[in-house]
Amino acid sequence: MSEPLVIIGNGMAAARLVEELAKRALGRYAIAVIGEEPRLAYNRVLLSSVLAGESEMADIELKPADWWRDRGVTLLYGRKARSVDLAEKRVTLESGESVFYSKLVFATGSRALRLPLPGAELRGVCVFRDGADVDMLKRMAAQRERIVVIGGGLLGLEAAYGLGKCGAKVTLVHVADRLMERQLDAPAAALLKQLIESKGIETLLEANTIRILGDGDVRGVELADGRRIAAEGVVFAAGIAPNSELARDAGIETQRGIVVDDQMTTNIDDVFALGECAQHRGVCYGLVEPAYEQARVLAARLSGEGDVYEGSVVSTNLKVSGVSVFSAGDFLGRDGGETISWRDQGLGLYKKLVIESGRLRGAVLVGDASAALWYLELIRSRADISQWRDALIFGRALCERKAA
Amino acid sequence: MQRFDPRSAAVATTCPYCGVGCGVLATPDGSGGATIAGDPRHPANFGRLCSKGSALNETLSLEGRLLHPMLRDGAQLRRASWDEALSEVAKGFRRVIDAHGPQAVAFYLSGQLLTEDYYAANKLLKGFIGSPNVDTNSRLCMASTVAGHKRAFGADVVPGCYEDLDLADLIVLVGSNAAWCHPILFQRILRNKQERGAKLVVIDPRRTATAEEADLFLPIAPGGDVALFCGLLVHLVANGAVRDDYVMRHTEGFAQTLAAARAIAPTIAATAAAAGLREVDVAAFFELFAATPKTVTAFSQGVNQSAQGTDKVDAIVHCHLATGRIGEPGAAPFSLTGQPNAMGGREVGGLANQLAAHMGFSEAEVDRVRRFWNAPRIATREGLKAVQMFEAIGRGEIKALWVMGTNPAVSLPQADEARAALSRLDLFVVSDNVLSNDTINAGAHVLLPAQAWGEKSGTVTNSERRISRQRAFLPSPGEAEPDWRIVGEVAARMGFGEAFRFRSAADVFREHAALSAFENDGARSFDIGGLAELSGEAYDALRPTFWPIRAGETKGRERFFAEGSFFTADGKARFVAPERPALKAATSAAFPFRLNTGRIRDQWHTMTRTGKSPRLARHLPSPFVEIHPADAAAAGLVDGGFARVSTRHGECLLAVAVTERQRRGELFAPIHWSDETASLARVGALVAAVTDPHSGQPEAKATPARIDAVSFKSHGFLLSRAALRPPFAELATKVALAHGHGLLFASNAGLELWRDYVAALGDRADAADYFDEARGVYRAARFAEQRVDLCLFVGRQDARAAFDQATALFEKEWLTIEERKALLSGRAADGAEEDGAIVCACFGVGAKAIDKAIANGARSVAEIGARLRAGTNCGSCIPELKRAIAAARACCEE
Repeated sequence: MSEPLVIIGNGMAAARLVEELAKRALGRYAIAVIGEEPRLAYNRVLLSSVLAGESEMADIELKPADWWRDRGVTLLYGRKARSVDLAEKRVTLESGESVFYSKLVFATGSRALRLPLPGAELRGVCVFRDGADVDMLKRMAAQRERIVVIGGGLLGLEAAYGLGKCGAKVTLVHVADRLMERQLDAPAAALLKQLIESKGIETLLEANTIRILGDGDVRGVELADGRRIAAEGVVFAAGIAPNSELARDAGIETQRGIVVDDQMTTNIDDVFALGECAQHRGVCYGLVEPAYEQARVLAARLSGEGDVYEGSVVSTNLKVSGVSVFSAGDFLGRDGGETISWRDQGLGLYKKLVIESGRLRGAVLVGDASAALWYLELIRSRADISQWRDALIFGRALCERKAA
Repeated sequence: MQRFDPRSAAVATTCPYCGVGCGVLATPDGSGGATIAGDPRHPANFGRLCSKGSALNETLSLEGRLLHPMLRDGAQLRRASWDEALSEVAKGFRRVIDAHGPQAVAFYLSGQLLTEDYYAANKLLKGFIGSPNVDTNSRLCMASTVAGHKRAFGADVVPGCYEDLDLADLIVLVGSNAAWCHPILFQRILRNKQERGAKLVVIDPRRTATAEEADLFLPIAPGGDVALFCGLLVHLVANGAVRDDYVMRHTEGFAQTLAAARAIAPTIAATAAAAGLREVDVAAFFELFAATPKTVTAFSQGVNQSAQGTDKVDAIVHCHLATGRIGEPGAAPFSLTGQPNAMGGREVGGLANQLAAHMGFSEAEVDRVRRFWNAPRIATREGLKAVQMFEAIGRGEIKALWVMGTNPAVSLPQADEARAALSRLDLFVVSDNVLSNDTINAGAHVLLPAQAWGEKSGTVTNSERRISRQRAFLPSPGEAEPDWRIVGEVAARMGFGEAFRFRSAADVFREHAALSAFENDGARSFDIGGLAELSGEAYDALRPTFWPIRAGETKGRERFFAEGSFFTADGKARFVAPERPALKAATSAAFPFRLNTGRIRDQWHTMTRTGKSPRLARHLPSPFVEIHPADAAAAGLVDGGFARVSTRHGECLLAVAVTERQRRGELFAPIHWSDETASLARVGALVAAVTDPHSGQPEAKATPARIDAVSFKSHGFLLSRAALRPPFAELATKVALAHGHGLLFASNAGLELWRDYVAALGDRADAADYFDEARGVYRAARFAEQRVDLCLFVGRQDARAAFDQATALFEKEWLTIEERKALLSGRAADGAEEDGAIVCACFGVGAKAIDKAIANGARSVAEIGARLRAGTNCGSCIPELKRAIAAARACCEE
């Protein structure tokens, strides 16, 4: 008799966990996946591509329905979990149904933050997080409306690009002095701004939105310096928050996210968390790759194998066609790293590598990220790159030919 | 009047570089350029050209050309009319003559002048101004041979011809890197070796490219030549190789000379010790020489540029006289001249110790020339030879100087002093075809624009006494004029117009030929009376012709002296006992090395012409000093680093090349760079002005020197469309590029200075840069319309490989994205082959391509040639190809 394993959340982390489990211990668990969105799990990273009209929702489904069925997974999508009873080992759904578990996994992800601004409740104010948001944004854009995107991070840039691509006149407002300030250094951000603007997206930096204007419907936004920008739509893309309330309410330890150890276990036996809702060694990751690494470790744990998650070297990859942006590791070179940079204005290219003791520590790439995975691998493996140093930034082919 | 037809097909002319005198077919392209090919009908080269000759098409641009007369106006030179400039020159000479006498006027001429130019200049100064102070850069090149020939033969006659190199069974090269300096003759020698099995012996302190082809290489100590050939003479006598009949009937002085030789080098062991050689090598050479009647001993600057150069020449000549190996097919002592018309200058008499046309300053000779020229004021005694001439200028005794077509501020020994002397002149005239060189920049008062090669028309004589035509194939640019006409114009303004009524080069040549035949009863070897009546058409059509060619003869003479008949009063050759060999200046603790100087394969003289060719710049792009690895280690020098080379007379900053081809205790530095092309590389400034007592030729190959390591923060290069010279590039060398300018440099500036320098160059829109601050690396590029506009590399490593890559991309009309991305990497773009340093300059084939061909199975020079064409034209890279094959083989065996 299989043990009942319940996963709350039907996103990328959940799908990967099922896949990893199926590889290791097919049949050991009877898996149920509870998902709020009324559709099969999809690749959230590619939502911007759907928004840009480059893909359809159906194209970005992670797995077809029969894939789940073949693995004996009960999909409870379109159903929201209301509460968890740790003593009874029971999850109660909004519908009132109960699902009992032997093991429970939180994969609840995160949500876009809505800034607490006056006017945030107006019609036409939305976020960019899920399939429903995409449907709404596409409608707005199709009417060639003016849209203000608040937030110049990864999400904001992808939203702005997607909206622009499907016809909207987009203004990106960002409170910091450069785009993607947590993932890029100043030259990279400056070049990115140039590239984004060349795609017709107006970009305002050091632009602090203090109010959303309108009366029932959005009419625009007002900035701290008094400037007003007329718009029929506003998209909040200024950060995400882990969905940890359900766990917290059940009495599981949470801080920003659900606190887990190196085997993704919460403070409660048989209860685990992974992905954007989890907080590991103080870090809540907002990216898919750590979630995948966590899924591997958790699957091992649930299969009775020993594996340990020690945190991820994160990398950022902006997926906007024609604008490759990548950053990974300690790209600012804060603690004594040596910096190599290469900039080509005419090609719209900027690369920076941070090296310490003959090892690659961090990388920023704008305009050409073709070597991104190689650099990430070098950062993660801590390989000695001394012999390639003077060709490293020019890519793998030059380095390896030289070594040959 | 120009007789130039732009629609003409190939024009047969003669190469302007070394003394081989190769025939060139130049086909003008109608827009100032021309395609260049060897002339298959010319008997010097039969269609072959060396790397320098093949690249002549890259040297024809008018960039940097002097196109109109200029006069000094304070610190500047301003444009002037011909009339104003010529009057200035004439008045200036007249003023100096009136105040100080004619001896205060001197002309310093060039082995690159045509015979007609030489003749007119010599006639004006010696005949009409009345000063004997005409000397020439041939003094630095051939004077010891002239003196040696005159002493031994009674006349300056080269006894053999090139064909002897084809017919000899043994060829001995002494002090000659013919593989680099006379490549076409060297290819003839190699062909003889391959086809007839001739042996090649090379005697040189350096293991040169020439030495690598030798059957026997004698790495002789500097100054050891006299001892070696004295030892040889002793050995020939001891082994019955002397032709007593020839010695008895045709020579004088044998016994005394043999006695002197025995005192210097009595045995093989003594010879070996005196020459710094192994006994076994000396013995092998002596045996080979003794046993081979058909021997040619060819020699060049290693023999001539010596304070005992005349004795060295005659020590060689003695061995040929003693064995009767002279003037016979395949047997002769043979001087290889370094300049295209050094021989023409000697024929004209454009040297201070000659009057004219192989006549000296005896009363009868002066009288004869005075009558021929109708020149009552003719100079009646010898003038000052080059080194003494510049010393006299320095002392203020010579007040007026006219330099034609040469660059003494670079090429003279103790060149700093020579240059300083120039600034003391009351009148300093330069006729040349460049706007700027070190001599002009030493303070010339008047610049007169001369025609360049391709524009001028006249004759030159090569190393085998063969007179060939240089013909114009390009229109004369700007206001440039032939030198003979400029001289004539000055003469006319000084009141000597009657004697200079030349309407054409042919007019000058006919007069020159007539003088050679004037009252010549056969006592003077140089007689070209047979050419004195040439019509203008016949002169234009003149085929390469040996001299002498006397009146009534239709064919010149190939060889001399097989039957004696020397040009001494008694018709006998002279053996002249040599001085005991010793170098003039001794080394010391302060100056422990011997500095040797010389040419490299792809440059010529001070680079005014070859320096324009991008192809030629790639072989050895910057000035260097070669040193043995053990000496380098002791001095803390590394290959690719830098060194200060200093002597009592000056200093240079040079890149260090560590090589086992160099003997211990000796340095070698090439002569080509000047202040015009490099920051501190005028090697002439290092050379002591000690001279041979007979020839006046300086000892340019044995100056005591020291070498000290110099370090710079960074080295790098700058490639740009307009010439740039960053002030903090302390050590810089200009390198020719196609459509741009290259600068190799070393610098102590920090990267910020370089970054600011590039930033200050203007628009940054299409710019790229690369920084690795921790490694001290900064690279920057500017682009314009997909072409590289500027490229800078600064770093701590030797940037030579990156320079070759970046240059290749810089010279492209447009770059692909991949090429553009590769530019700052200093590596070839993906998929493209990296060339490496150019080895075959004729076809632009690099070392890496050659290594690859070898790796892919090419096992011989012929196979490399079949794949890459490398080595199939001039062949001067063949030693390097062989070295690459040998290196690959050694590598495989390890």
